[in-house]
Amino acid sequence: MPGITREEVAHLARLARLELKDEEVDHFATQLDDIIGAVARVSEVADQDVPPTSHPLPLTNVMRADEVRPSLTPEQALSGAPAQEQQRFKVPQILGED
Amino acid sequence: MTVTTDLVSYEDALATFEPVMGLEVHVELGTKTKMFCGCSTELGAEPNTQTCPVCLGMPGALPVVNATGVESAVRIGLALNCEIAEWCRFARKNYFYPDMPKNFQTSQYDEPIAFDGYLDVQLEDGEVFRVEIERAHMEEDTGKSTHVGGATGRIHGASHSLLDYNRAGIPLIEIVTKPIVGAGDRAPEVAKAYVAELRALIRALGVSEARMEMGQMRCDVNLSLRPIGTEKFGTRSETKNVNSLRSVERAVRYEVQRHAAVLVGGGTIVQETRHFHEEDGSTTSGRVKEEAEDYRYFPEPDLVPVAPSRAWVEEIRAGLPELPRVRRNRLREEWGVAALDMQAILNAGALDLIVATIDAGAPADQARKWWMGELSRHANESGTALDELAITPAQVARVAELVSSGDLNDKLARQVIEGVLGGEGDPDTVVEKRGLKVVSDEGALGAAVDEAIASNAAIADKIRGGKVAAAGALVGAVMKATRGQADAARVRELILEKLGVGEG
Repeated sequence: MPGITREEVAHLARLARLELKDEEVDHFATQLDDIIGAVARVSEVADQDVPPTSHPLPLTNVMRADEVRPSLTPEQALSGAPAQEQQRFKVPQILGED
Repeated sequence: MTVTTDLVSYEDALATFEPVMGLEVHVELGTKTKMFCGCSTELGAEPNTQTCPVCLGMPGALPVVNATGVESAVRIGLALNCEIAEWCRFARKNYFYPDMPKNFQTSQYDEPIAFDGYLDVQLEDGEVFRVEIERAHMEEDTGKSTHVGGATGRIHGASHSLLDYNRAGIPLIEIVTKPIVGAGDRAPEVAKAYVAELRALIRALGVSEARMEMGQMRCDVNLSLRPIGTEKFGTRSETKNVNSLRSVERAVRYEVQRHAAVLVGGGTIVQETRHFHEEDGSTTSGRVKEEAEDYRYFPEPDLVPVAPSRAWVEEIRAGLPELPRVRRNRLREEWGVAALDMQAILNAGALDLIVATIDAGAPADQARKWWMGELSRHANESGTALDELAITPAQVARVAELVSSGDLNDKLARQVIEGVLGGEGDPDTVVEKRGLKVVSDEGALGAAVDEAIASNAAIADKIRGGKVAAAGALVGAVMKATRGQADAARVRELILEKLGVGEG
């Protein structure tokens, strides 16, 4: 079982926009390794005949009719926003993408 | 844009390389509510008035799938000759960008609801090209950003951005083709024809109005080149949000020329997204494409799998409307027109207008004649599309009716159409105002005929002597005298009658 490398942790941290110190990278690499190792034990008992499971409940096709329900008021929607302008959520400068 | 890009001529590019395309089209469904919550999708609402804890991604909110959204996806899949999954899940596509308040987009990843289909598209010369469909999957739209502080409202140089989440969560179907190979120098035309056919299909299905100018249908164009005769695909670029049929064609053409210039110059193509510029048809570099695994897709735990029963799928299949290609072929047969004439009707964008005119009561040949003749000429002269002319199918049908009833002849009908287009009112108003009725008053017509006979005695004698063909000259004289407002056939009858000659 290959271990989780420091590079992989740093990459994930970047994707998740988390700033990690060097010692935290080591710390999480070890922890993630332990967690994945523990979960991987499932594959020891789950053979071809056991399909991968993402949902614990045997439910499918839970749907709603296409009927409009009341929305929040803009005041409610924006009540948790750190900043707002023109009834819109205000966010800092976005760089690098369009 | 001050960046200059080297291009080689399109012909030179195609002499060396073969284009390979992949088209991704996003269609906003016309459901009343969003994909995972009951917020309205009505356009034009005040900012952030159509949001709720689900589409704002608040903790503890539970999304529930819109049944009509799923049904629309199945309809689209079936119309594209796809397999419909017996069981499929949603997935979270994780990325940080303020247009998605959840920090992920709910989409489908390895289990699309529809897959392995095709769409036959007809090119302008009538050739049919089959575009293979990889998949059609369900996902949701993002919010709308406004960039503030930049010079042109663009993201570059903006001090901050403002977000309206009314659009976040509106159902989208993403339709992805398999690599389109073999189109050769017709690649731009194939791309355009595919998007046009897809748009017609979506509209026929009634699942979306698919108005590209409103962003209800958007196309991403993937393009790569490979040296002619080789197998391996080249590196592709992805030109995002190409939002008109003409732009799709131009974007493909431009990218062919740009790729060729890079490759001929010994360079390598960077896999990246590019932006299309409507003004000059160019593209510029966007961002370097993230690898798929960077999105860290995983099954959406808050939504249970969708398992369309075979019975339901068959029920939907049975309820599919007549699809555009089938309808076109049927109409062609019904009208008895040649394939090339039908293609001309399609190229002119006249099909639906003609059908609507027939539905409004006009005979088929009349409806075709006016739209493809006089009205096409007006559209060409004013540089507008046929459906943008200031005349409705019902008004054209009325003109045709007035011609059939003998109230107008073709010449007068053209004047009526001119009046309608010029904003003078509906056909009856124009007829009234301009005094354009055919002179059917037998007395007045008889007088005009008598006068024509009297002043053309020599011709009249010829006719009396049996040269019936000479009557044309007298008909012309009467038409002139009545300023074209007479029924030429009736005039001819009267002339022959008065001269005591039969049609022989």
